[in-house]
Amino acid sequence: MEKIPIIKVGDTLLVSIQSDLQDQVATTMQSDLLRKIEQTAARGVIIDISVVDIVDSFLGRVLADTASMARLMNAVVVVVGIQPSVAITLIELGLELKQIPTALNVESGLHLLREKIEQQQNGAGSNGFGPEEERARNGHG
Amino acid sequence: MAMANRTNRLSISNEIDLVRARQEVRVQAQAIGLSLVDQTRITTAVSELIRNMLKYAGGGTLEMEIVRNGIRNGLRITCRDEGPGIPNVDLAMKEGYSTSNGLGLGLPGAKRLMDEFNIQSEVGKGTRVTIAKWR
Amino acid sequence: MKAQNFHDILHKRKDEVLESWVKQQIPIVGKRGVTPDELRRQCAEFLDLLESVMARGASFELDDPKSAPIVEFLKAVSRERVLKGFTPTETATFVFSLKSVVLPLLQPLAKSEESFTSEVMPFSILLDQLGLLTFDSYLDTREEVITRQNLDMAELSTPVVKIWDGILALPLIGTLDSKRTMTVMEKLLQKIVETTASVAILDITGVPTVDTLVANHIMKTVAATRLLGAEVIITGVSPAIAQTIVHLGVDLSGIQTRATMAEGLKLALRMTKQQLTDEQRRDGVQPLEKGAQTANAQKGRS
Repeated sequence: MEKIPIIKVGDTLLVSIQSDLQDQVATTMQSDLLRKIEQTAARGVIIDISVVDIVDSFLGRVLADTASMARLMNAVVVVVGIQPSVAITLIELGLELKQIPTALNVESGLHLLREKIEQQQNGAGSNGFGPEEERARNGHG
Repeated sequence: MAMANRTNRLSISNEIDLVRARQEVRVQAQAIGLSLVDQTRITTAVSELIRNMLKYAGGGTLEMEIVRNGIRNGLRITCRDEGPGIPNVDLAMKEGYSTSNGLGLGLPGAKRLMDEFNIQSEVGKGTRVTIAKWR
Repeated sequence: MKAQNFHDILHKRKDEVLESWVKQQIPIVGKRGVTPDELRRQCAEFLDLLESVMARGASFELDDPKSAPIVEFLKAVSRERVLKGFTPTETATFVFSLKSVVLPLLQPLAKSEESFTSEVMPFSILLDQLGLLTFDSYLDTREEVITRQNLDMAELSTPVVKIWDGILALPLIGTLDSKRTMTVMEKLLQKIVETTASVAILDITGVPTVDTLVANHIMKTVAATRLLGAEVIITGVSPAIAQTIVHLGVDLSGIQTRATMAEGLKLALRMTKQQLTDEQRRDGVQPLEKGAQTANAQKGRS
């Protein structure tokens, strides 16, 4: 069974997801990533799905859960490279993924990661707002 | 009157079938000239339906038909299973039962993605869902 | 058999027919940009086709496969004439003017009732049918042109323009329907990817009304844009639309709005520079959370 490679770049982990995964590959990625976060004390993770042309509820769920789990381990996850047709389909399916920060590509993802990590260090909530703003802005995804 | 053309049938019994079915559907969707977004919509809807079949009925069959209505081309997909059936279809189709919180069947989502959506289910007998996307 | 008689006449006096026929049409086609030479070539080809179709014993029925060559030829001529700006009548004249040239030549055949019925009448009917065919083809081509123009208009009326580094503008004009809004959404997302934009200004000054469906599509567009790491600013909300949106219960509270595109641009520039003074923070400008897609984004931190 294929494994998704996780690469360390500085103190960031880069995960590149190839197209059309079997479910198990996705869940294995999740546990591998968490383990790697622990091993490396990485503060940020970029999950690149620019080659993925379909994200259904299962993969959406895996991504959202991964972000939540990583956050508990003090690592910020940014998902990058959502294709336009995938974005439209996700919204229509009802998966806005509001709780996951997203960016267009790896480069802007890294910028965003730096911002988020800094905000965290400065004691703001996970998306840079004060507690009230964060509650107001965080709808369920 | 819509006239059916070629029909493809796949049997679904595990995850590998799921991935294969998605790829088949995308190929067909591309072949009849659906836009990229529509290809993604129908492939995603099929993925949701197949997951239901696997989760609640252990598997089923998937039929793909290229259909024509006058000068329009379309892709119609029927998922059939002999599972426990859905006791309350109306409830299952209600918004709150989306799969984003893992509770429901992803049916409302699939319906939103499609041009046509038809579901028939009988407790103890099984479920049949037909979806279609037109060019 | 008897058709051979008519065929003979046409064959023997072909050149004469050709000249008269061309002459008749020149005043009309001249003003549409068809030269006499082109015209003569077309007429000559038509006569050849007419001869060969009749020689093959085609019945004078248009859906007879043996008539196919002449039918195709006429369709092509009609098409060309639409595109050159001919009126339907001027197009049909191609065939009807031939009729007025040939009929006098068939005079001798009209003498007996029998040959009139078996020679002259069928010929007349055939040419009538061919003339009407040009009219149908004309309409088909015209419809094609109009469809293409509609597509072009749809393209033009959903512009997505890069107005600054990282900033796109969508000045929407006219009534938004479901399909158009979908097109705008797809175009916008594509352009965000192409230009790595991080802000899109959706200007609806020129949009008279929105309904639930369109409002929902706009919400969808904003959500999808955010997934691509960009933000949407809506500008030009008229009082009427503001009322509609609230009455519809659509919640636009998470989206930045401004009265004009210019204000929107000012906001977008501040958002993409990500340098906020305390004053701006007081104004309620939030730093761009999802973005910094601009390659030259300043990274100054205060």
